[in-house]
Amino acid sequence: MVIERQRGLPEIPSLSPEKERMSRETLLADVLVIGGGPAGLAAAIKAAQFGLNIIIVEDHYKLGGQLIKQTHRFFGSRELFGGLRGFQIAQILERQVKEYGNVRVLTKTYAYGVFRDQWVGLISENSVYEAKAKCYILATGAMENYLAFPGNDLPGVIGAGGAQTLMNEYGIRPGKKALIVGAGNVGLIVAYQLLQAGVRVKAVLEIMPQIGGWFVHAAKIARYGVPILLQHTIKEVLGKDSVEAAIIVKVDKDYSPIPGTERKIECDFVLLSAGLTPDTRLLSQFGVKLKWVPELGGLVPLRTKYLETTIPNVLVAGDMSGIEEATTAIIEGWIAGLTAVVKVLGPKSEVLRERERLLKLLKEYRAAPVSERVKRGLKRVII
Amino acid sequence: MSFRCTGIVSVDDLKKLGLYPPPERLKKGPVVLVECPEEIPCDICVDACPFGVIIKESITSIPKVLWDKCTGCGTCVAKCPGLAIFVVDISHPAKASVVVPYEFLPRPRVGDKVVLLGRDGRRLGYGVVRDIFEDNKTLAVKIDVAREVALEVRGFEVVRHEEEG
Ligand SMILES: Cc1cc2nc3c(=O)[nH]c(=O)nc-3n(C[C@H](O)[C@H](O)[C@H](O)COP(=O)(O)OP(=O)(O)OC[C@H]3O[C@@H](n4cnc5c(N)ncnc54)[C@H](O)[C@@H]3O)c2cc1C
Ligand code: SF4
Ligand code: SF4
Repeated sequence: MVIERQRGLPEIPSLSPEKERMSRETLLADVLVIGGGPAGLAAAIKAAQFGLNIIIVEDHYKLGGQLIKQTHRFFGSRELFGGLRGFQIAQILERQVKEYGNVRVLTKTYAYGVFRDQWVGLISENSVYEAKAKCYILATGAMENYLAFPGNDLPGVIGAGGAQTLMNEYGIRPGKKALIVGAGNVGLIVAYQLLQAGVRVKAVLEIMPQIGGWFVHAAKIARYGVPILLQHTIKEVLGKDSVEAAIIVKVDKDYSPIPGTERKIECDFVLLSAGLTPDTRLLSQFGVKLKWVPELGGLVPLRTKYLETTIPNVLVAGDMSGIEEATTAIIEGWIAGLTAVVKVLGPKSEVLRERERLLKLLKEYRAAPVSERVKRGLKRVII
Repeated sequence: MSFRCTGIVSVDDLKKLGLYPPPERLKKGPVVLVECPEEIPCDICVDACPFGVIIKESITSIPKVLWDKCTGCGTCVAKCPGLAIFVVDISHPAKASVVVPYEFLPRPRVGDKVVLLGRDGRRLGYGVVRDIFEDNKTLAVKIDVAREVALEVRGFEVVRHEEEG
């Protein structure tokens, strides 16, 4: 066997024989937006306003990313759709993006790889595409973190996002009695949505000595009697064919389980909401520089405040560049969209002005003490 | 313990933040209670109140309430995305009412008997639904309650023996 070092990126592959019935298309655009969540949609909308030719690629059958399954009302000002429910924000962004004839939307289409000369391979049920653009905006969002403990492979141990998809997109109740691990905003919000679906939430566990999410989200479940157990974690899940109970345990200040504090909780499913990791898999294939920043969720791209990575025509926005909020994902999307306009059409003063206004808005949103951690992380990646 | 540990804010915390209505104001008539003690990026309540009662210096500052301007109309209750706004009326010696946001099934109806719940989910006896407003699927439900619990009610459950067809 000869092992060779790969030099640069390979050529985009031609159709494999079994895929020969699929149609093949070459796509050229000013901007290729990968990911149709709030960040990607916001980016496409802003860039489309200035007449750029845009292609937006989304793996799911519907646009909106995480927003599709958010049934609760969002915070924020009116410009950022505050007071609306997540899925309603997704509908508005989808309507806005579809108003533009210069945006081509490819849903149920996955961007599977980056190849030589920045050709990006896309695939859908019936077609393969090779796409190339003057500018790329990556807004691929994040992946849920999983936790290691005995029994975590039993049916019924699921990610919080997975449970939301079942409930809020497909109308399927994931179980009758839930245990939730992680009291960040995601865990608290999903606990509330489970109550709305008629599920009994036995407890929300949090390993830290205080609740990670916002008070108002915690208060919404506390008033319906859901216990939030601080300094607790999951030790094990019991069950023959699926989840029947869980053993929880108290932890000390170093997060080590305290022997003798184990307790059994009857439940038929366990939801993990232990944070998200930015999905930089495709981005890293472009060859941009990433940095490990725990405050932002893991490996994230170095970028300028205008969201340019170390490869100037590759831009980033949203959770993929650091786990935050839909509100900030939308503002970042707008900024990245305008940066693409500057790159393709040159520095028009009206574009630069709007971009500065949005940078100020982003700063206001991050002024809250709840954003301290994110801000600390951002200091380490803005170049 | 701090509300950051429990999800339950104490009256003392609210007083310290200026979010608890002064006793004289409570005597005068229905008044708003804004239980939003954290600096979060939201200002829906500022726009929601038709009388300019709720103020935020910036989008992330803690709300301020101009108690004397509040009419107790309850418009803001169903609009707050944090479900953190309530209206209480303990101005009558014999009766009292609260307006509570609600997003569960079954949908309450005027005249329904409900189990009242405190900030910690504790049961606080029964109340009767008097009025219901709706804003984007969130209900603001006005409930007649015993005077002693009026300041404590934060949620409720509908008790209904399914008599209807
Ligand atoms: C339970 C929960 C509650 C939340 N509540 C709030 C809230 O109240 N307020 C708030 O502001 N934020 C909230 N958020 C956060 C908010 O949803 C996210 O911050 C936001 O959706 C991030 O947007 P995004 O566009 O970066 O990523 P996403 O919304 O994750 O979108 C990324 C999209 O990219 C697509 N994609 C990824 N890779 C590819 C590929 N290779 N090819 C094609 N498509 C791809 C994915 O299918 C997805 O649709 C909540 C999140 C959760 C989980
Ligand atoms: S109860 Fe009415 S007047 Fe008082 S703050 Fe709310 S909306 Fe304004
Ligand atoms: S609308 Fe509700 S959650 Fe938002 S700032 Fe006002 S009180 Fe707080």
